[in-house]
Amino acid sequence: MNRINQKLEEDKKLLSIYFTAGYPQLNDTVSIIENLEKSGVDMIEIGLPFSDPLADGPTIQASSTTALNSGMTSEMLFNQLKNIRKTVSIPLLIMGYFNPMMQYGIENFCKKCAEIGIDGLIIPDLPVREYTEKYKAIFEKYGLINVFLITPQTSDERIRFVDEISNGFIYMVSSAAVTGSQSGFGNVQEAYFKRIASMNLKAPQIIGFGISNSETFQQATKFAKGAIIGSAFVNHLTKNGVNSISKFVEAIR
Amino acid sequence: MNYFVDENGYYGQFGGAYIPEMLYPNVEELRRKYLTIMLDPSFQKEFQELLKEYVGRPTPLYFAKRLSEKYNTKIYLKREDLCHTGAHKVNNTIGQILMAKRLGKTRIIAETGAGQHGVATATVCALMGIECIVYMGEIDIARQAPNVARMKMLGATVVPALSGSRTLKDATNEAIRDWINNPVDTHYIIGSVVGPHPYPDMVARFQSVISEEIKKQLLEKEGTENPDYVIACVGGGSNAAGAFYHYLDEESVQLIAVEAAGLGINSGESAATSILGKEGIIHGSKTLLMQTEDGQITEPYSISAGLDYPGVGPLHAHLCESKRADFIAVTDDEAMQAGLELCKLEGIIPAIESSHALAVFKKKEFKKNDVIVLNLSGRGDKDLDTYINYFKL
Repeated sequence: MNRINQKLEEDKKLLSIYFTAGYPQLNDTVSIIENLEKSGVDMIEIGLPFSDPLADGPTIQASSTTALNSGMTSEMLFNQLKNIRKTVSIPLLIMGYFNPMMQYGIENFCKKCAEIGIDGLIIPDLPVREYTEKYKAIFEKYGLINVFLITPQTSDERIRFVDEISNGFIYMVSSAAVTGSQSGFGNVQEAYFKRIASMNLKAPQIIGFGISNSETFQQATKFAKGAIIGSAFVNHLTKNGVNSISKFVEAIR
Repeated sequence: MNYFVDENGYYGQFGGAYIPEMLYPNVEELRRKYLTIMLDPSFQKEFQELLKEYVGRPTPLYFAKRLSEKYNTKIYLKREDLCHTGAHKVNNTIGQILMAKRLGKTRIIAETGAGQHGVATATVCALMGIECIVYMGEIDIARQAPNVARMKMLGATVVPALSGSRTLKDATNEAIRDWINNPVDTHYIIGSVVGPHPYPDMVARFQSVISEEIKKQLLEKEGTENPDYVIACVGGGSNAAGAFYHYLDEESVQLIAVEAAGLGINSGESAATSILGKEGIIHGSKTLLMQTEDGQITEPYSISAGLDYPGVGPLHAHLCESKRADFIAVTDDEAMQAGLELCKLEGIIPAIESSHALAVFKKKEFKKNDVIVLNLSGRGDKDLDTYINYFKL
C-alpha cells in the first residue's frame, strides 16, 4: 500500500508541510525533510522550483527564484533525494509545475520518483482531463498518486468527478487566492469547509492555502483530514534557516 | 490539414488549457460562452459599429508604389497603424470588453509589455466606464514611461510586476494571479493569441477582421481576393493571426511569419521562438517556448518590446511545425534599417515590430508579378526614443 494511503488511515489530523527544494541553501533539502519528520510532521511536499509559478504568491515564487539561481534542477533534486528512504519513512510528494516535468520526460520523471520512494505528485497546472487521457497509466505503472485540487468555485459535479478519480487525498484550496495571501479564515471559508465535509467524499480532504499557524490549522482540520502549510514555513526558513524547524512545528500542533 | 482550433482547444499538438484548478471556472465559463456571444447578431452589430466609428475601420490597403519599385514586386500595406491607439491591438480589446460586459464582469485586468495592449485595454475600459488594472513589469514601466502615462490618463491603475524577470511574462503571471484572487467579477483581457483555450481562438477571431478586409480590398484592386504572400511579424502573434486567418485554408497564399532574432539567433540575445524554442507549457498553453534544458522559461531579447515574448501562440506553433507558414528571423539591425527605409520611401513611420516584417524584402526575393500584403501592425510614435537612440537622430 502507498505510504500516503497508509497515513490517511491513521486516526489523527494530518499536518503536511511544503517547502521549496534548494531553499534557503541549495543543499538544505535532505536536512529539512529529516528535521520535519523528527518534529512529528505527517507528510511533506517537496516543491520543485519553477521560473513562472502561476498559482503561488510572492513567498514561494521568491524562494523558487533563489533555488533556481543556486542551480536547482530536477536532476539535482533527484540526486539529493536518492538515499532519502534510508532515513525518512513518512509520505513524500513532489509539488511542481508541469513544464519542468515535461522536459525531463514524464515517464522518466515518474520512474525516478518511484526509484527514490516518492509517493505522489501535485501538479497544479496539469488539467484533470489531460492527466486521465495521457498520463494516468504512467503514474499508475510507477505506483504514484496524483493529487487533484478543488477550490470554493469548483462545482459539486466536478468535485464528485475529482473524488471518483482520486486514489489518495483531495487538495482542498481554502479560498480564491494564490498561496500565502490569507491571514485567517472567516465565515465564507467555514461555510465552504462544511459544504465539502457534508458531501461525504470517498477521498479524504487536506486543506491548503492560508494555513499559517495553530489557529488556522485547528479551523481547517475541524472539517478536513489534515492541512498543509507552505508559505508560512518558507518564511520561517527565510528567517531562521533549518535550525529551529521543530519549534515551528510544535507551535502548530 | 486543419489549421483552426479543434473541439478540445488544440491546433494540431499545440494549445489546450494547462491551468491551475483555481482558474478552471473562469476559463470554462468563457469556453462555454464565447462562440455563442460572438456569433450573436446584436454582439456583431455593436462590435462592427465600434470598429467603424471608434477604431476607424476599415483600415486602408495601401499600394506602396515606391517600396514596390525598389524591390521590383507588388507590395500592399495593410494599414493597422492607422487604427485608434496606433496598432491592431484595439480590435481585440474592443471585442473582449464587449465580451466581458455580456459575461456580467465589472472589473478588467490585462498584462502589457511595451504598453500597447495596456493602452488599448485602458482605452476601451474608459469607453465603457469599467475599472481597469494593468500589470506591467517593473523594468518595462521604466522603459515605457509615455505609455504608462497614457494608461493613467485613461483612468487605469498600472501595477508593477516585481517578480521574476519583471517583464512581460511576469506581468502575465501577475495578471493570472489577480484572476485567481478575483474569480467572480473580473475578466482578463489577454493581448495576444496566447494563454489557455479559448483565448488563442477568441483573440484570433477578433483580429480576423484584418484578413476579412484584405480580401475585399484586394478584390477591388487586383481582381482577386488572394495575394501570393501575406507577411506579418510574430511576438505572441495576434496581428499575424488576424492577417493570416481567412487565408489559412487557401493553400495558394504563402504565409510568412517574421520573428525577432534580436542580436542574432545564436547570440543568446534573441526572441526567435520557432528556432530556439521547444515544446512546453507557458501561460496555460502547450506551444513552442524558449526555455532551459530543465524547463525553466528564459527571458528573450529584441529591440522591439512587442516581440520579446518567450513563447508564440499555439496556432503559430502549429503553422510552423506543419510548415504552413514560413518563419523568418530578422535582427535588430535589419529591422531598424527596414523601418527607416519605409519612412523615406513612403512617408510612414512604422512600429519596430512592423519593421521586422518589412525587413523580409532584404532577405527573400519575390517575383515581379507577386502580389504581397504586409500587415503594418502599428505606428512608430511609441518607438521614437528607440529610433532616436539607434540612429543618433
